[in-house]
Amino acid sequence: MEKYRTSVMLCGGTGCIAGGSLKVKNALIDELRNRGLENEINVVVTGCNGFCAQGPVMTVYPEDIFYEKVTVSDVPVIIEEHFIKGRPVERLLYKEPVKKQTIPLMRDIPFFNLQVLRALRNKGLIDAEKIDEYIARDGYQAAAKALTEMTPEQVIDELKRSGLRGRGGAGFPTGMKWELCSRVKGDRKYILCNGDEGDPGAFMDRSIMEADPHVVLEGMIIGAKAIGADKGYIYVRAEYPLAVHRLQLAINQAKEYGLLGENILGTGFNLDIEIYLGAGAFVCGEETALMRSIEGKRGMPRPRPPFPAQKGLWDKPSVLNNVETYANIPQIILNGADWYRSLGTEKSTGTKVFALTGAINNVGLIEVPMGIPLRKIIYDIGGGISKNRKFKAVQLGGPSGGCIPEYLLDTPVTYEDIVQTGAIVGSGGMVVMNDLNCMVSVAKFFLEFTTDESCGKCPPCRIGTTVMLDILTNITEGRGKEEYIELLQDISQDIIATSLCGLGQTAPNPVLTTIKYFRDEYESHINEKWCKTGVCKELCTFYVDEEKCKACGACKRVCPQNAVSGEKKVPHRIDQSKCIQCRSCYEACKFDSIKIGPRSLRERLMETTDQEALKEIYTAAIAAKEE
Amino acid sequence: MARLTVDDLKKIKEEYKSTLTLREGGSRAKITVHMGTCGIAAGARKVMEAVLDEINKNNVKDVIVTNSGCAGLCSKEPMATVEIINEAPVKYVQLNEEKIRKIFKEHVMEGNAVQDYALVVGSETAY
Repeated sequence: MEKYRTSVMLCGGTGCIAGGSLKVKNALIDELRNRGLENEINVVVTGCNGFCAQGPVMTVYPEDIFYEKVTVSDVPVIIEEHFIKGRPVERLLYKEPVKKQTIPLMRDIPFFNLQVLRALRNKGLIDAEKIDEYIARDGYQAAAKALTEMTPEQVIDELKRSGLRGRGGAGFPTGMKWELCSRVKGDRKYILCNGDEGDPGAFMDRSIMEADPHVVLEGMIIGAKAIGADKGYIYVRAEYPLAVHRLQLAINQAKEYGLLGENILGTGFNLDIEIYLGAGAFVCGEETALMRSIEGKRGMPRPRPPFPAQKGLWDKPSVLNNVETYANIPQIILNGADWYRSLGTEKSTGTKVFALTGAINNVGLIEVPMGIPLRKIIYDIGGGISKNRKFKAVQLGGPSGGCIPEYLLDTPVTYEDIVQTGAIVGSGGMVVMNDLNCMVSVAKFFLEFTTDESCGKCPPCRIGTTVMLDILTNITEGRGKEEYIELLQDISQDIIATSLCGLGQTAPNPVLTTIKYFRDEYESHINEKWCKTGVCKELCTFYVDEEKCKACGACKRVCPQNAVSGEKKVPHRIDQSKCIQCRSCYEACKFDSIKIGPRSLRERLMETTDQEALKEIYTAAIAAKEE
Repeated sequence: MARLTVDDLKKIKEEYKSTLTLREGGSRAKITVHMGTCGIAAGARKVMEAVLDEINKNNVKDVIVTNSGCAGLCSKEPMATVEIINEAPVKYVQLNEEKIRKIFKEHVMEGNAVQDYALVVGSETAY
């Protein structure tokens, strides 16, 4: 980090940007450079100051001077008088006394101030059903620029230099994809959009399509120009009715305005876009399966090569990009590759949208610069783990991804670093898990999903995932054998090596990462028949630590089986013959006095009727647990 | 609607900027109800209906009511953003009919933000 003598914090909130703060920023940077001050004075764009009425506003540190209503023509004066001569410009100083604001400012709340909105820049700001509001936020300016001022090569070059990688999950460089297709000769080419978002817990693309459908169309127009396509399809699952509705309205409006159809903006360029509804098969997010589905056939992948860039939809050269990828493109064309690269890391540039869900306080949709550590996302933006529980793992990349444990939470979110953990960045689903989650069950959940969604075309995926699911089911139901862990790893390697498409090639990841980081849980399931989180019903016994029990009755009230006995001031006890292992008492207890023991404990407790003997078993179980 | 040229795009941009920023338009305030799938599922339609009802009942003509997509905090939906001219927008969370009516009366009509329901004031950095 360089040392600057002065920092200028210029507000980049929507209000100030509308008032021209970005023009002021450019003027500041130019003028500072002209005077050779660029290494002394730093210009930073910040979140909203809350003084939108006086915008554009800026604060100069270390003096803490607050200027309001700054225009481009004020810039030379500020630099000359304040930065060089050290005399703050009176005329621009904030005048009124600051009104006491008790509602917190966005820039003071990590949920907002750690985010940078690019793909989501219109989030919650415009009416998605009004094209004019999109245009008011620079909409279709990038398409106009690409169509009137740029050659396809220039568009591709800008994208290549931006470093943008496919946001659907694989992270293939978008510019390179476009270049490959642009070089193929063909009378007809297709530009396609993948809105078949299917990872459990992921809703990034849906939100973009609902909140800002025109940005997807604009990205596709730019892509069509780059590769020379005149026909496009947006593949959206039918379970996204609002997204479909708003996209269709957007297409209709764009056609009326001549932004789609023939002779777009009078430039002679043609592009027609249609929506194709998917029936919700997960495999149709795979590019060749998606194309087959649009062709009206059963959605199944085919071997590559030939790659879609050569032979795609109806065997014509095609490019398929994800919704979020398209949402980034207009801004790259307008602001340039260098602007895009200014955030993120060398190989993972720009920002990424994540759907943050699970055991976390702020469930929502966020956009952060690439390279931010997972810990910051979970604890600062996400507000930490809900209900004061303990963090256990974060699942990235859905059924193709993996679970990352606590000690790797400082991993920066980039394509390269996340892959090192065994997970993938994926399309952006981020599911946070707490100490109530059993990691074997989590792996089983994802395997159930992939087994269901496997299209069945290739045996490694079809049979392999089924066999793995059987093994996991055996483990969680108490039939686990010692050799199962190695067996799971072996089968995983075979499925990864021999599956036809990404679905099979990545399906074992949730199993592999949970074995890697939570092997002890597999071992206790198999060897001790003990699920320590109490999720696997056949592998646990709930009992009361009578020393700790305050006899408050909380567990008694929530038990659906009336299995808890004990009066006020008498330690409670669980009747094992009635208990159905629902875990309600465990979650209700505030004194940590409900314990989860191995299955064998339950049998011993049920065999014993003698009070003294029972007490001994409890004491021994608690002692064993505390070791 | 006529087919646009590149110049028309710029005209529309200037014309509609005012409805987005309240700077140059004739309106005094703007209420945005966030209506993505998450908002609607949590009850945003009822919130919207209540706003429209208040507008009609009070015969208010200088307030823009509009909807928009997900504001990003799905667990705190329904959400609405209220912006009074020359003031920073205020985001309200976990709304219902009663709350939005109170906000309408106290914030939109009387100019005092309802602190109990407000999450944050300001707009996000978008660049």
